[in-house]
Amino acid sequence: MNLLWLQASGCGGCTMSLLCAQNPDLFGTLSAAGIKVLWHPAFSAASGAEVRALLDDVRAGVVALDVLCIEGAIARGPRGTGRYQILTGTGRSMLDWVRDLAPRARHVVAVGTCAAYGGVTTAGDNPSDAVGVQYEGAHPGGLLAADFRDPTGLPVINVAGCPTHPGWVLDTLVMLAGGVLAARGLDGYARPRFYADHLVHHGCPKNEFYEYKASARDLSDQGCMMEHLGCIGTQAVGDCNIRPWNGAGSCTKGGYPCISCTAPEFENPRHPFTQTPKVAGIPVGLPTDMPKAWFMALASLSKAATPERIARNAVADRVEVPPTLRKPRP
Amino acid sequence: MTEARLVVGPFNRVEGDLEVHLDLRDGQVARAQVNAPLYRGFERMLEGRDPRDALTITPRICGICSISQSAAAARALGDAMGLAPTPQGALMAALIHAVENICDHLTHFYLFFMPDFARPAYSARAWHGDVVTRFSALEGSGARRAVAARAQLMHVLGLMAGKWPHTLAIQPGGVTRAPTLSDRVRILGTLAGFRQFLESDLFGTEVEAFAALPTQDAALGWGTGDAGLFFRVAADLDLARMGQGAGRYLSFGAYPLADRPAFAAGLWQDGAVRPLGLEAIREDVSHAWMLGDTLHPARGMTEPDEAMRESAYSWCKAPRLDGLPVECGALARQVIDGHPLAHDLAAQGGGVLARVGARLLEIARLQVLMEELARAIRPEEAFMVQGKLPDQAQGVGLVEAARGALGHWLRIEKGRIAGYQIIAPTTWNFSPRDGDGVPGPLEAALVGAVVAPGEDTPLSVQHIVRSFDPCMVCTVH
Repeated sequence: MNLLWLQASGCGGCTMSLLCAQNPDLFGTLSAAGIKVLWHPAFSAASGAEVRALLDDVRAGVVALDVLCIEGAIARGPRGTGRYQILTGTGRSMLDWVRDLAPRARHVVAVGTCAAYGGVTTAGDNPSDAVGVQYEGAHPGGLLAADFRDPTGLPVINVAGCPTHPGWVLDTLVMLAGGVLAARGLDGYARPRFYADHLVHHGCPKNEFYEYKASARDLSDQGCMMEHLGCIGTQAVGDCNIRPWNGAGSCTKGGYPCISCTAPEFENPRHPFTQTPKVAGIPVGLPTDMPKAWFMALASLSKAATPERIARNAVADRVEVPPTLRKPRP
Repeated sequence: MTEARLVVGPFNRVEGDLEVHLDLRDGQVARAQVNAPLYRGFERMLEGRDPRDALTITPRICGICSISQSAAAARALGDAMGLAPTPQGALMAALIHAVENICDHLTHFYLFFMPDFARPAYSARAWHGDVVTRFSALEGSGARRAVAARAQLMHVLGLMAGKWPHTLAIQPGGVTRAPTLSDRVRILGTLAGFRQFLESDLFGTEVEAFAALPTQDAALGWGTGDAGLFFRVAADLDLARMGQGAGRYLSFGAYPLADRPAFAAGLWQDGAVRPLGLEAIREDVSHAWMLGDTLHPARGMTEPDEAMRESAYSWCKAPRLDGLPVECGALARQVIDGHPLAHDLAAQGGGVLARVGARLLEIARLQVLMEELARAIRPEEAFMVQGKLPDQAQGVGLVEAARGALGHWLRIEKGRIAGYQIIAPTTWNFSPRDGDGVPGPLEAALVGAVVAPGEDTPLSVQHIVRSFDPCMVCTVH
């Protein structure tokens, strides 16, 4: 399987994240799966004219393309020309290139939330009028139409995340190389279900605080960040607290909230990222699959039942009250 | 006399998009024009938002300098709030930032810069076989070892910053996670592992010995490790003379600790360090597809020229200090910090050898610094202090990214961001011409580069461009 990677309108962070892959590592995984990199803007030797020739060959169908990876959103501005991003040396916009190359590929993978849905590149008023490869925010139909399918019947595969996890990208590529990623393996936003069937909440180290709604007030507190600090890990998809980042990390392990970076339109939450919006003191956006009244009832019950240890540790930056010593039965 | 024009692109193994236009005369570059062909408009996205959102949005300007952006945003917010991080919070932020910067240097050396010498065009050179073995793109044993060492060092970020890139761990008052004693032990263990890689692969001997190199000649005589291989190449190809700079360097001072930055701030001009006059910064937009006047960033604006007028050629503004272009990066930082090797590298022209040599020097010095910082972690102390956002304020955040001086200028009105201007390192280095027609540092450094007959993507141009380690996505935020 060969692979062509283009960096559209983004920060390049998904490539940088990919380089952090370990056990197995990036280059080892690609060779083991028989994935040949035709060209990648950060790793490949070829520059300038050699690359232009390759791109022309792929566009003309002279070189068969198995996987086209797009990192970054597609700029449509100014005035619909796409000239906010020219693929250098070619005089043509990235918009034109992706539109030409996508139908040539056996599979198209949108790497990261920008490529998937627009992401941070479209934040605020979307200054460059950017769009995802097959989505515009949460709406199907981006640069490519909603009904676009690759020759195997798959839509653009959205390996969303900001950045995306190196394991998510590599697992997706290896599954494609092995021909085992089917349409039913993707969720309603075309994200691979192997990571999108999990919530960031699963395995979160703050679970005990969550159970009692023992909340952090400030960003250095250890408590649950849902009530005050904007954390939406209970609704955000991703196995971030099961499959660690950079050895042992995750956002919530790092002491800051999950901002649901795997979701369309996470870039414009309509409230400050690190502050939970509330109506009459009650956080809006509680877990979606639980009746609100039940949640409120359980929350007030568990708050009332919070052990002293958990209540105090929640608003401290370190463990102030250790667990009670448990003595063996005599 | 023969004349020709070349357009070089796609320019890979740089972060982001870059196109270089060259006018050639008699086998040399007579004039160069550097185009940053991407506009995203981050400064505009920030307008009207809660000021704290800058900590989430600005790191996403760049996936390779992400922590630098977040550190600058935290400093700008802190400045506006009248809030400084606790001493231990500053120390942890410095450590987190140093890990990103040393990883960037490593990525640059092994993945971006050195693979060019493995090209068949150099196959007759005595060192070519060794370079192919170590540095071939995607294949080289050194490149693979470096990627593994980098991923392992990043465990410090997994532990203390949650993830990399795009962490929210660095805040105006310090860091979100207080390290425990066990974290300190793990960090030191990870750093020891990285030292092992540096000493077995990159330097071939003690990090301290490399950090103590006094002169360019001594560096060129360095015989061990991948660094030694680079100096063999550099001596053979005379990389010291290639892509020389104007010798005017800028550093905002790197790793601000409780009393001073670990690497000093200043301006280097006419062979001496001078104080930084930040008021003398202006961003010129005469050759950028931007509308508006030449302004100080505190008053600056970002209004794209949708018509993309003919007289301009880049989305990058042209920052000038006292009306002049300046170069920033590891060489600038080490010169201004007074390291003798950096002084000698600059004195001998500040070319490709100097920029890459200074980056290697900084890798060695950063390893020592990271170990000192980690040993100084006091888990019993405070790592963050809280503050309150003002309704009306201005703030400046100045840091040193791997690639050089990075500044954020923030204006808050009615509790919202009213203005946000960013000058990134590569904005300085890869700036287009200004209103006086004075080229940016890279444009100037490319003049005189030798182009062999038939070359459409000249090797010398690639070496010079990559010696700056450009980050185009930051440039054109």
